[in-house]
Amino acid sequence: MTILELENVGKSYGNVHALRGVSLSVRQGEVTCVLGDNGAGKSTLIKIVSGLHAHTSGSVLLDGQSVHFGSPRDAQSQGIATVYQDLALAPLMSVWRNFFLGNELRKGFLKTLDIAAMKRICASELSKMGVSVPDLDRPVASLSGGQRQCVAIARAIYFGARVIILDEPTAALGVKQSGVVLRYVVKARDAGLGVIFITHNPHHAYLVGNHFVILKLGRVVLDAHRDELTLDRLAAEMAGGDELAELSHELRGVAVPPDTAS
Amino acid sequence: MTTTAPLATQDDRVASRPLAARLLSRPEVGSLVAAVVIFLLFMAVAEPFRNVANIGTILYGASTIGIMAVPVALLMIGGEFDLSAGVAVTTAGLSGALLAWNFGLNVWVGVLLSLVLAVAIGAFNGWLLLRTGLPSFLVTLGTFFILQGVNLGVTRLATGNVASAGISDMDGFASAHAVFASQVTIGPINFKITILYWLVLTLIGAYVLLRTRIGNWIFAVGGDAAAARAVGVPVRSTKVGLFMAVGFCAWLSGMHLLFQFNTVQSGEGVGKEFIFIIAAVIGGCLLTGGYGSVVGASIGALIFGMAQLGINYAGWNPDWFRTFLGVMLLLATIVNLYVKRRADLR
Ligand SMILES: Nc1ncnc2c1ncn2[C@@H]1O[C@H](COP(=O)(O)OP(=O)(O)OP(=O)(O)O)[C@@H](O)[C@H]1O
Ligand SMILES: [Mg+2]
Repeated sequence: MTILELENVGKSYGNVHALRGVSLSVRQGEVTCVLGDNGAGKSTLIKIVSGLHAHTSGSVLLDGQSVHFGSPRDAQSQGIATVYQDLALAPLMSVWRNFFLGNELRKGFLKTLDIAAMKRICASELSKMGVSVPDLDRPVASLSGGQRQCVAIARAIYFGARVIILDEPTAALGVKQSGVVLRYVVKARDAGLGVIFITHNPHHAYLVGNHFVILKLGRVVLDAHRDELTLDRLAAEMAGGDELAELSHELRGVAVPPDTAS
Repeated sequence: MTTTAPLATQDDRVASRPLAARLLSRPEVGSLVAAVVIFLLFMAVAEPFRNVANIGTILYGASTIGIMAVPVALLMIGGEFDLSAGVAVTTAGLSGALLAWNFGLNVWVGVLLSLVLAVAIGAFNGWLLLRTGLPSFLVTLGTFFILQGVNLGVTRLATGNVASAGISDMDGFASAHAVFASQVTIGPINFKITILYWLVLTLIGAYVLLRTRIGNWIFAVGGDAAAARAVGVPVRSTKVGLFMAVGFCAWLSGMHLLFQFNTVQSGEGVGKEFIFIIAAVIGGCLLTGGYGSVVGASIGALIFGMAQLGINYAGWNPDWFRTFLGVMLLLATIVNLYVKRRADLR
C-alpha cells in the first residue's frame, strides 16, 4: 500500500533548480532507497517530505491526499519522522533531553517533565540499538559521531509512526555500527513502516532496499524494483555507467610508479 | 555471523563519573565559589559587613539586579541578548507614572497600562529579531537608543522636567506602594519586598528551565535553533516568549522604582543592561547560548550586591566598583571554563 507519493516535485533555491520533476512512492513495509552523488538533491528531497522546506512545483500526496507540510512539527504529527544528515541534535544538551526534544513526557498537574521515565526509555531504546551511553546526562557533543547517529535514529524510530526517513545514516559509521543501523532499517520495515533510506553506498542500499531511485542533478535517472536489478547494475547506474568506464580508462592511463606502490 | 544480539556489552572504557565531577560540571559552580570568596573577603576587611542588620541592605541591592538577571539569563540560554533591558525598566516606571498623573487616573490603571507596554516592548524586540533575522545585539541596541530617547523626550513633553511628577498623593498609591515597595522587619533586619520577588522569580525560572518542556525548548533554541526547529520545537514563540519575560520583569522593577521613590528619573537605567548580563555570565551562561543557569544568575546578582556594599563598608573609593565588576566577570568566566573542562574530562 502506498503511504506517501511525490508527483513531479520540483524545488528551486532562487536560480538553482535543486529538484526537477521528481516522482517517487513510499509503500508500507518497504524500503525505498534514494541514491545519488553529492549535490544530486537527496537532502533537498527529504527536507520537502519532512516539512523543512516547501516544494515549488508538483505535489506531495499522503494517503492520496495532497499535503503541504507547514513545519517539521506538522509533518511529525502526520507520522513522518526524519533523521537528518546534520543530525538535528542540540550539542550542549544532555542525551536524554535531546532524545525527547519536541516530544517531552510530562506528568502531574504542573506538567512537570517526567525525567525518570524519559531517562529509562532513552536508555532502553539506545541499548536496543546496541549503543551504550553510560551517562545520559552527558552533553551530546561528548558522544562519537556514530553514537550521535544512533541517538537520532533511535529517537526517530521511537516517535516515528508511519514513515521514517534516514538521510545517509551510515555515512559516518564503522562497519559494526553500520550493520546495526541496517538491521534497524529492516526492523522498521518489518514493523510495517515505510522507510526512505538515503545513501551513497549501493552495497548498503542493496542489502535492505526493495525499491531504488537514483537522482542525478535533481532528476530521477533510474526508478526500479529490486527484481529488475542486480547489485552490479545498481553500482554501475549509480556511478553513471559510461562515466565509470571512462574513469577506469583514464585511471589506467595514470601509471603508478612501481617504487611507491610498496 | 555470530553476533545477533544488538545489545552491546557495557563499554569498559567509560567509567561512571564520580559525584564530585558531576557536581563540578554544573554551570553555577564558578559563581558559587566566587560568592564564597567575596563574602569571606569583605567579612575580613569591612567591619560593617559583619553587622547582621546589613544583610537586608545587601540582599536588597542584590534583588534589584536579580529580578532582571533571571529573565536575562533565560534569554541568553535561549541564544539572545537584550541590551534594552536596563532602559526598559525606566520606561516601565515612567509610563506608569506619566499615564496616571497626566490623565488623573488611579495609579493602578497606570500600573496595568505600564505592564502592557513593557511586555509589548519585549514582544516587539522578539518580533523584529525574527522578522529581520538580524542578531539580537543589533536589534536591541536599536530599541535601547529608541527607548532612551523616548524616556527623556516624553517626560519633558509631559512634565517639562527630567523626572516624572510625584504621584504619592494620588488614588491607589498606598496599596501599590504596599505591593511593590513595602518592607518587613524581622529582628534587626529590614527585608524589602523585592527580595521576595527575586527569590520567587529565581525558583520559577529554575523550575521552568530544568523541569518543564519550555525549559527544554529554551536550551534547544539557544544551542542549535535549526536543529530545534527540525525536531518540532516552536522556535519563534519560544524566543518571543523569552523577550516578553524580560519585559515583564522590567515592569516589576520599574514599578518598584516608581513606588519606592514616588518619581522616576528619565535618564536612569543606562548601563544596567550590562550588569544584568554580567550577573548571568558570572552565573555560568554562555554568550553563545544553549547553556547556563538561573540559580547561577541569581548568585551573580548576590555577588553584585555584596561587592557594591562591601566596597562601601570597607571604606574603599566606590570609583573602583566598576573595575571590580570587570575583574569578577573575567575571573568567573575563566573559572567556569576551567571547571567545566576539568569536569568533562573526568
Ligand atoms: N539552502 C540552499 N540554498 C541554495 N542552494 C542549495 C541549498 N541547499 C541545497 N542547495 C543546492 O541544491 C543542490 C542539492 O543539494 P542537496 O543538499 O540536496 O544534495 P545531496 O544530494 O543531499 O548531497 P550530499 O550527498 O552531499 O548530501 C546542490 O547543488 C546544492 O548546492
Ligand atoms: Mg545530503
